Amino acid sequence: MVTVVVPAYNEAENIGRVVRGLFEQGWQRVIVVDDGSLDDTAKLAAEAGALVLRHEINRGQGAALQTGDEGALALGAEFVVHFDADGQFSPADIAPALRALQTQGVEVVWGSRFLDGRSQIPWLKKYIILPVSRWVNYLFTGMRLSDAHNGFRILTRRAAEAIAIRQDGMAHNTEIVRQIKKNNLKWVEYPVEVRYLEYGQGITGGLKIVGDLLWSRLLK
Amino acid sequence: MLTIQILLLFFFFFAILKIGGRWRGGEITGRGAILWVIFWLLAAVVALEPDATFYLARAVGIGRGADLVVYLALTLIFFLLFRIIVKVEKINRDITKLTRRMALKEKEKL
Repeated sequence: MVTVVVPAYNEAENIGRVVRGLFEQGWQRVIVVDDGSLDDTAKLAAEAGALVLRHEINRGQGAALQTGDEGALALGAEFVVHFDADGQFSPADIAPALRALQTQGVEVVWGSRFLDGRSQIPWLKKYIILPVSRWVNYLFTGMRLSDAHNGFRILTRRAAEAIAIRQDGMAHNTEIVRQIKKNNLKWVEYPVEVRYLEYGQGITGGLKIVGDLLWSRLLK
Repeated sequence: MLTIQILLLFFFFFAILKIGGRWRGGEITGRGAILWVIFWLLAAVVALEPDATFYLARAVGIGRGADLVVYLALTLIFFLLFRIIVKVEKINRDITKLTRRMALKEKEKL
C-alpha cells in the first residue's frame, strides 16, 4: 500500500489539482498535511478526496512531513511518497521511481532534477544556488547527491520508521539525508520533472537553512 | 553627585525591590535573588565610585576599569543570549509536537 504525503501551506490554488492528479495516476491513498494554512487548502483537499491532517498553527514543511509520515505509518503504509503541493511535480514520475526502488532493492528513492533534461531550472538556481546546496549537503551529511534539495522522495516503511524529522523548516531536506545515511539505508536517485511556477528557496532561504543546520549541531 | 549617579541609584534601588517581589512570588529562588541583589549592589558601587573598577581591572591585568566592565558585560550578554536561544528552540519543538498531536488526534481512526 502506497501512501502519498503532501505537505501544504496556502496552496488553495493548486491542492485540488495536485490531489486529483495523484488519483488519476492510481494513487488512492493521499494524505494532505495542512500546515496551518490561512486559506481553504484543508477544505479543498478534503473535497478533492484526500485525507487531511491539520496543523492548527504553521510549523514548517519539515514538521508537516513528519506529521504526514506518522499518519501514513499509522494507516499501515508500506511505501511513503513525499510529494509537493504546489503542482510543480508530475505524479506520473511516482510509478517509475517506485519500480526503481523495488527492482534495485533499496529503501529510499531521492528525486533529482539533474538526471535528465526535463526540468527547466532558473539560471541562478541551476548554476549557483543548487551547486552550493550540493556542497552544503555534502558537508553536513557526507552524501553526494545530484539534487540536495528535492521534495520528491519515496521511502519504504522501514526507512520512514527509521527517520524522525526534527527540523521544522526547510533544513529537513538535509536532515532526512543525514538520518538515512546514519541508518545505513540503501538509496538511489531517480529523475523527476519539476515545473517552475514559483521560485522556491532563494539565497536568503538557503542562508537560513545553513543557519538552522549549524544550530542543530549545537542543540539536541 | 552627578545626576546620572542619582538616576542610576534610584533604578538599582527599584531593581532590588523588584527582586524581593519576585522571590516572594516564587518566580526566582532564594539563591537567585541573593545573586541578583549582589549584582545590583555592585552596580551601585560602580555608579557611586567609577574608579572602583580601576582597581579591579588592574587586578586582572586590564588597563581601564571601563574596559573590564565592557568585557564582563559582553560575556554575560552572549551567555544569556545563548541560553535564551536554546530555550526558544526547545519551545518551538514543543509547540510542533503539540500541533502534531492535535492533528493526528483529530482523525480518530489513526
